[in-house]
Amino acid sequence: MEFGIVELSRLQFAVTAMYHFLFVPLTLGLSILVAIMETVYVTTNRPIWRQMTKFWGTLFGINFAIGVATGLTMEFQFGMNWSYYSQYVGDIFGAPLAIEGLMAFFLEATFVGLFFFGWDKLSKVAHLCVAWLVAIGSNFSALWILIANGWMQNPVGAQFNPLTMRMEMTDFFAVLFNEVAQAKFVHTVSAGYVTASVFVIGVSAWFLLRGRHVELARRSITVGAAFGVAAAFSVVLLGDESGYNTSHSQKMKLAAIESMWDTHPAPAPFNLIGFPDQKARETHYAIKIPWVMGLIGTRSLDTQIPGINELVDKAQERIRSGQIAYKAMLEIRAKDGNVDPATETLFKDHSADLGFALLLKKYVDNPLDATDAQIKAAANDTVPQVWPLFWSFRIMVALGIGFIGTMIYFFYRASFRGMKFPRPALHLAVWMIPAPWIAAEMGWFVSEFGRQPWTVDGVLPTALSVSRLSITDVSLTLAGFVLFYTVLFIIEMSLMLKYIRKGPFQDVEETEAWTNRHTARLSGQPDGAAIAMPGE
Amino acid sequence: MILHDLISYEALRVIWWGLLGVLLIGFALTDGFDMGVGALLPFVGKTDTERRVVINTVGPVWEGNQVWFILGGGAIFAAWPPLYSVSFSGFYLAMFVVLACFIVRPVAFKYRSKRDEPLWRARWDWALFVSGAVPALLFGVAVGNVIQGVPFHFTDDLVAIYEGAWYAKFFGLLNPFALLAGVVSLSMLVMHGGAWLGVKAEGAVQARARAIGSVAALVAVLAYVLAGVWLAFGMEGYRIVGDYATNGPSNPLHFEVARSASWLSAYHDRPWIAIAPIMGIVGALLTFVGLRSGREVSTLLFSKMAIFGVISSVGLTMFPFIMPSSTDLRSSLTVWNSSSSHLTLFIMLFATVIFLPMILLYTSWVYKVLWGKVTEADVRDNGHSLY
Repeated sequence: MEFGIVELSRLQFAVTAMYHFLFVPLTLGLSILVAIMETVYVTTNRPIWRQMTKFWGTLFGINFAIGVATGLTMEFQFGMNWSYYSQYVGDIFGAPLAIEGLMAFFLEATFVGLFFFGWDKLSKVAHLCVAWLVAIGSNFSALWILIANGWMQNPVGAQFNPLTMRMEMTDFFAVLFNEVAQAKFVHTVSAGYVTASVFVIGVSAWFLLRGRHVELARRSITVGAAFGVAAAFSVVLLGDESGYNTSHSQKMKLAAIESMWDTHPAPAPFNLIGFPDQKARETHYAIKIPWVMGLIGTRSLDTQIPGINELVDKAQERIRSGQIAYKAMLEIRAKDGNVDPATETLFKDHSADLGFALLLKKYVDNPLDATDAQIKAAANDTVPQVWPLFWSFRIMVALGIGFIGTMIYFFYRASFRGMKFPRPALHLAVWMIPAPWIAAEMGWFVSEFGRQPWTVDGVLPTALSVSRLSITDVSLTLAGFVLFYTVLFIIEMSLMLKYIRKGPFQDVEETEAWTNRHTARLSGQPDGAAIAMPGE
Repeated sequence: MILHDLISYEALRVIWWGLLGVLLIGFALTDGFDMGVGALLPFVGKTDTERRVVINTVGPVWEGNQVWFILGGGAIFAAWPPLYSVSFSGFYLAMFVVLACFIVRPVAFKYRSKRDEPLWRARWDWALFVSGAVPALLFGVAVGNVIQGVPFHFTDDLVAIYEGAWYAKFFGLLNPFALLAGVVSLSMLVMHGGAWLGVKAEGAVQARARAIGSVAALVAVLAYVLAGVWLAFGMEGYRIVGDYATNGPSNPLHFEVARSASWLSAYHDRPWIAIAPIMGIVGALLTFVGLRSGREVSTLLFSKMAIFGVISSVGLTMFPFIMPSSTDLRSSLTVWNSSSSHLTLFIMLFATVIFLPMILLYTSWVYKVLWGKVTEADVRDNGHSLY
């Protein structure tokens, strides 16, 4: 691949987005876990739950700071590096971003300060409300950004206006209730919940292995596992829903993930593993499971899923139809909209394919001048690179299924085996900590790399979307972002480790006194029951 | 959707032009004192405890304040896509510098006091100073360039092309008038930070903040008046020529634009807008007096009035221009040809009418809960939970 401005800009977006998403999932999930812990504290009045809230809250705060800092870049990068994209679809794409700020960012950011600084300034219940508002704010922000991203995958509720040379919103509710966005939202926040559960269980397991903070760790694992079971099921089920949506909104992405070159009579088999060969257009050494692909993709036994070759042929047809739309568009623009009804109808009938004509701009300035060979080349461009998608998808799914198993196991031990965990399981929990991050990054990779060569599927090619910057401009900022983010990441990790090693350091005496009395009371010793305790 | 016809396209455009101002002013009023406090940090805090007092005056609120900046970006994207597209890609490296500051600042706040080593803390103090002062300067520089007009043009497909090589684009921004505008914004925000510390701090920190803040207030007035004189005698303005529709499709290439004798002819056409610069100058002078005489809350209010006046004077003077092009006049962005569609503006207004009052309400509540001075004793007693 030649490294021009398009590739550099893509690389920068990928790097900054993937860095950002190292911090987001933990924020999404941990905000809720912390709020749950504080809820238990306020309802039972047991100091250990306040200590848990503060301990996990400190780790949440360290993570949140960088999540916000890296997220800031994203809000401005569309304008900086993707200026034609911003101009072309800002009328639709900008709205959810702005509403995200109004509805979510203000909520989480205003109250997060009060969460950390307000322990002595607020009543217990008021502070609990603050914790929940932070959690709700974080999760709302995921909703709106995924509505925006969902529209890039499945651009509904909009049409092209030749007079303004851009896509314009026609139906806000279609954008809002886009099925792709809804499934993605639940899938993504669930992934965040799994991440936080695995994190909490892993760190607690580390404490248990060292015999430290046992009471805090056992309770944390219980909360994490209960929350994690639901989240792990949800993330896999909604992932399946996303796959089902993809089968009608982004057929090419689905075929590429599956490395399905030829259309197979329904129900299609699922390639469990194999080695996709883009040049030869086949999958070597594939191990196939019959029927499964047809069932996942269409939820039926008789609907065909088109293969890559068939979709490329379709793309050629759509490019030719797009040329008709392009020609009509030029005429409408030149005459300021005062054209005969026939031209208007012609444009309307073909405008859904206008984006396909824009694929030709990579080869010719005027898409109407394209040769047959160029049309064929542009149609071939609609196939994303298959092997990275094929493999990242499979890693993600395998990890997802692994999370369900682990969570069920820990939930079972916590609920029915008196919060006693065998050492090998605890070791496994510690080693599993990075797994949800890997799965989440793989998921985003499949979603966004699989969308290529489009920024907005079928509407705007990536190659056209970039700002007309120089290679120096983007190289400088790319180097800058990588440097900044890496330094911050190292600092973040070192602080995270420092505060995990330090363990809970607030309200220590009060918690210890309560724990001793509580243990004594449970084991039936008289001096334990004799003392009146808060919350019992 | 027929509902959006309730408000005319023209009216929605003016409303969103006003809301753009509200967001910029909201950002300057809230995050402005955070930046001012950052810029003041090395000069008003001499010991570690004093510095922690300074930092903790904004500690619980900077995060919410910063959202005004993010929302500003989002709202420009949603309501003025061509402006978002042209300005951020045109001011590319300058934007990167601002972003870098806004990335470092949150981390500096959170991490500075998490370790005890003096070197660690000194480095983060330096980071807080730079990430406060540099954006405060650059925002003014950006406005100074917009007032002069920016070298860009649109192709027929509305691809925005910003003229010049990368170094010319970046260093071209740092021209004399733009730097003067940068001095206005930097000194104004330092004044605001001084007024904030006047309310939230006490003792030596407060005294130093007032002394520097009052000097900054005078500098702000002088630089602002000088910029006004420059506009009156040394710079042409822009005007739309011929007939134009205020409710037509948003395509910047649809208008004819020419240079005018001066931006200040707006004060001849709409004399009432003079209220804005008057508020700016009087507000800054009253802030000066307040800082000198040690009044607290009223000084902060006057400082807010000054910022409100200065920022709105820029918008009102340029109206209906948002971002004129110096090299291809007809590409200039105006209120009438660079907004989102009628429907999008309406939906965004709907969302704003619901959420903005809620934001103001709960933000005020949070400020109320946190009301009161941050003292050295607070920092000593709550060493763990404070920044």
